[in-house]
Amino acid sequence: MNFTNENGFFQALVLMGSAIGAGLAMIAGIGPGIGEGYAVGKACEAIARQPEAQGDVTRTMFIGCAVAETTGIYGFVVALILLFGNPFIKYFL
Amino acid sequence: MGFAQSGDFGGVSGPGVLFYFDLPIVGRINITESVVIGFALVVAISIFVIWLTHGMKKIPTKRQIVAEWIVETVNKLVKDNMGPSHLVYAPYIATIFVFSITGSLVSLLGLRSMTADASVTIAWALICLVMITYTKLKYSGFGGYLKSFTEPIFVMTPMNIFSEIMTPISMGLRHFGNVAGGMVITALIYWALANLSAKLHLYFSMGEIRIGVFQIGIPAVLSVYFDLFSGFMQAFIFIMLTMANVGNCIPDDKK
Repeated sequence: MNFTNENGFFQALVLMGSAIGAGLAMIAGIGPGIGEGYAVGKACEAIARQPEAQGDVTRTMFIGCAVAETTGIYGFVVALILLFGNPFIKYFL
Repeated sequence: MGFAQSGDFGGVSGPGVLFYFDLPIVGRINITESVVIGFALVVAISIFVIWLTHGMKKIPTKRQIVAEWIVETVNKLVKDNMGPSHLVYAPYIATIFVFSITGSLVSLLGLRSMTADASVTIAWALICLVMITYTKLKYSGFGGYLKSFTEPIFVMTPMNIFSEIMTPISMGLRHFGNVAGGMVITALIYWALANLSAKLHLYFSMGEIRIGVFQIGIPAVLSVYFDLFSGFMQAFIFIMLTMANVGNCIPDDKK
């Protein structure tokens, strides 16, 4: 990559913006973290109250965790696209 | 352009195109790593299953007990989630489960995980969408299927259509994102440990191959979570969501 000409400057700018954007996209990881922690905590309470229902509670909890995780995964996919398959850099090649 | 080439971040890249051929109407068809690994897995699983079930007897051998246990576990899972009259879905569920697990665990053999390719998982999720639509059409008819989009009130129609489209996308991207995330993190850790070992001059050299001290043992511990646990968990979650999504379309009295 040549950063001395004008196009190279814009490339660097796009890469910088993409890296910052990828980092910002991963803020989406906070929500699922809180949500899953809450779900697992509630599942522990449920198992403590009714140990015989452990199998059902655990299964339901995992599905709930998977659904709660979705938004975080969307953020992660956006970060991956920005880092490894940047859609904007092609305008400055 | 030196952007995100393999090697930049410890060799993280998309599934490579191994070879391609040109067809007259549809254009170029790329045969990627995922396709080749997928077909290899189909052959391997088929051979394993045929070996598991050949020559079944009334007094079961060890092999047969394993085969029966697998079938009974899947049947029970489907019975619990979709009702006893929908056991016809059990073979499909078991297929996706085994395919997904082995597809994630091929990374232990040094290959690229098949499920770290969004095309694979979204294809499975689209099969799920076809099954959902089929079940809805079967139990409520074409008019009832169209009417289900206007519930609870008419203004919700765009939202219902959107959520119908998002079901396969979220299912596919969830599986892809988890496995690909594990792959990226594992690759970054390998890359970081190799660099750390090189900087501290703690490595063995065997000809051209250079093995850092920190590369021994530490990645294996992380691999237990990111490859074994995550691969198994995501396969389980994927089939559970398939069953839940299809099962929700079946009326309670038909289960």
